[in-house]
Amino acid sequence: MAQARENAVSEAPYYQGLAKSMMFTIALVSLAPLLGYALLSGYQYTTAYKEKVEAHLRELVLKHDQSVDSYLREKVAEVQVLGEVVGGDRLKAEAEITSLHNALVRSHGSDFVDLGIVNAAGVQVAYAGPYPLQGADYSNAEWFQAVKRRRVFVSDVIFGLRGVPHFIIALLVDVGGEQWVLKATLDFMAINDLVEDIRIGETGLAFITNRAAQFQTTPRRDMTGEVKLLHNILARGGEDSILGRGRAAITVVDDPVTGREVLFVTSPLKDGEWFMVYQQDTADAFAALYRIRNVGVAVLLLGTVCILAMAFLLSRRMARKVEVADQEKDMMNDQVVEAGKLASVGELAAGIAHEINNPVAIMVEEAGWVQDLLEEGLQKDDNEREVQRALTQIRSQGARCREITHKLLSFARKIDPTVERMCVNDLIREMAQFCEQRAKYANVRIETSLEDGVPQVEASQSEMQQVLLNLINNAIDAMDPGGGELDIMSRAEGGDVFISISDTGCGIPKANLQRIFDPFFTTKPVGKGTGLGLSIIYGIINKMGGDISVKSVVNKGTAFTIRLPASKEGMRCAAGNGAAGEQPPADGGRSEETGG
Amino acid sequence: MSDSIRLLLVDDETDFTATLGRRLVRRGLTVETADCGEAGLSKLETFPADVVLLDVRMPGMDGLSVLHRIKELYPLTEVVMLTGHASMEVAIRGMELGAFDYLMKPVAFEELFYKVEDAAARKRLQEGRIEGRRRG
Repeated sequence: MAQARENAVSEAPYYQGLAKSMMFTIALVSLAPLLGYALLSGYQYTTAYKEKVEAHLRELVLKHDQSVDSYLREKVAEVQVLGEVVGGDRLKAEAEITSLHNALVRSHGSDFVDLGIVNAAGVQVAYAGPYPLQGADYSNAEWFQAVKRRRVFVSDVIFGLRGVPHFIIALLVDVGGEQWVLKATLDFMAINDLVEDIRIGETGLAFITNRAAQFQTTPRRDMTGEVKLLHNILARGGEDSILGRGRAAITVVDDPVTGREVLFVTSPLKDGEWFMVYQQDTADAFAALYRIRNVGVAVLLLGTVCILAMAFLLSRRMARKVEVADQEKDMMNDQVVEAGKLASVGELAAGIAHEINNPVAIMVEEAGWVQDLLEEGLQKDDNEREVQRALTQIRSQGARCREITHKLLSFARKIDPTVERMCVNDLIREMAQFCEQRAKYANVRIETSLEDGVPQVEASQSEMQQVLLNLINNAIDAMDPGGGELDIMSRAEGGDVFISISDTGCGIPKANLQRIFDPFFTTKPVGKGTGLGLSIIYGIINKMGGDISVKSVVNKGTAFTIRLPASKEGMRCAAGNGAAGEQPPADGGRSEETGG
Repeated sequence: MSDSIRLLLVDDETDFTATLGRRLVRRGLTVETADCGEAGLSKLETFPADVVLLDVRMPGMDGLSVLHRIKELYPLTEVVMLTGHASMEVAIRGMELGAFDYLMKPVAFEELFYKVEDAAARKRLQEGRIEGRRRG
């Protein structure tokens, strides 16, 4: 019992390990494809979605870019038409300018704020508009310098003298041989509205800047912090423009002000002087994507947790089932061993019955003889002496019976499977004696050659008894008709004890040699052998940490060799007490061996 | 013809054959003993037994072979087999080989004695028949 409990304790880590390895296998097998699929499809979906969003933004920016560009071009063309159609000299007159301005305002709404003509010296000689700017001096104004070089100039958005944001379209016209300038001021709001219309999501906004990142439109929110960043992006845009990056280039950078990742779409305007910039937080731009990704990750995590939990539970349950099955198997094995023991005992019984019957028969006959003599009378001849002789005979036959029953009892008593240190030589001698009667009738001579001082082994008496009895019985059976010689040898070699049992019997064919230790393998006729004997022996020897091997030549004989590890603390066996024929000491010694 | 039944006891237990023989002699039988099958067969060469009481389990030549041999050489000689419990099958096999009957050890003396007498009677009957046929 104690031993069984010990086994259970020592095997617990084994089942835990089994459960663990099963758990890892299940988890690995289920998670690997899941994660692989999730990563792959997630990556592809992300890429595709980002491309789609970016293409959409790019298209949006390009479209507005084009409309702003064409707006500017249209205005420039209008002013040019004015300059050419109206001609220089007429423009000097204030009334002429005013009527032109009125016509423009009528047809173009409030786009055209004012109209003026500036002479070569930079003085505005005529003006039509809401501000009193007649005679203003523009000789130092940037646009005035620029238009002299380029004939047509569209300015950045400026505050100018009026303190109101506007931009100027200036055109060089020929007035009486002098280079005068026709100047139209356009309302900043016109472009602003156009650009401000672009708003996507929470953070998407668009604006126009010049090369120096000066805002040409009012962004929806304060962007002063990002000017430096924009400057960098635009500078880079300029560099890359040769590579075709110029049209709706996309840049993703971290915004130092908000600390968020921001997507910029930049596209040059007005021959590269201005830039249409669209910016949006990536989190906002890809909001739908990130939402789906989060859902995906959540599902993945949930799935992983489920799989792990299932793997844990399943593997534990499996391990427990295996454990139960193993226990059942062990129990079954024990039962099989028990059955095998009973079978060998049954085989023994046949021999024992005969052995007991002989002395009993003698006693019965002697008793009868004494009766015969008594009928005759004790006085006649030497009848009295004859009665004495008969009684002595009865007594000696009774003693013989007692020996047999003692042998049987000692055998039956050794059913305790406790492992103890024991001496194989003693046991071999005992078993050889035990089987001697059976051997005698089978014409088998049992010879034992036991090495003196063989180390003790750790084994159970009853199990070793079963092993030897089984092998000896097998050997005797193998020599059945005709008999032969049965040699039992013991020797010590390098920390091991070897026991070999060899017979001169029929041998085992090669084909069967592989299978003799298999359970239920037997060559005996049905009902004669269970086919369990050798498999039980195999199990017993294995359990003790030893092994059993067999060599056989057909018609020459078979030799089984058992190797058992010598007990570490064990002593050496006392030198043997000689031949197998010698009787063992009476039952006093026996009870000691069985250990009570 | 001599009335005394000639009996051969074959058993490896010499103590048993000696005592049993003594008792049977006292009851008027002529008894010889042998301690193994081979000895029994050689004894039969000089001692024409009416009945052989044969133990089936002996070292050396076993009972059935001896029975077979006896029936071959002396078909008229009746054989009564002595068996242990465990060798019932052997006893039945013996009957098939032509044994008169079998007895189980330990056997009651009276039973054995009557069985031997029966066997002897049958043997003599057979002999008489053969004699009669020869004359007729």
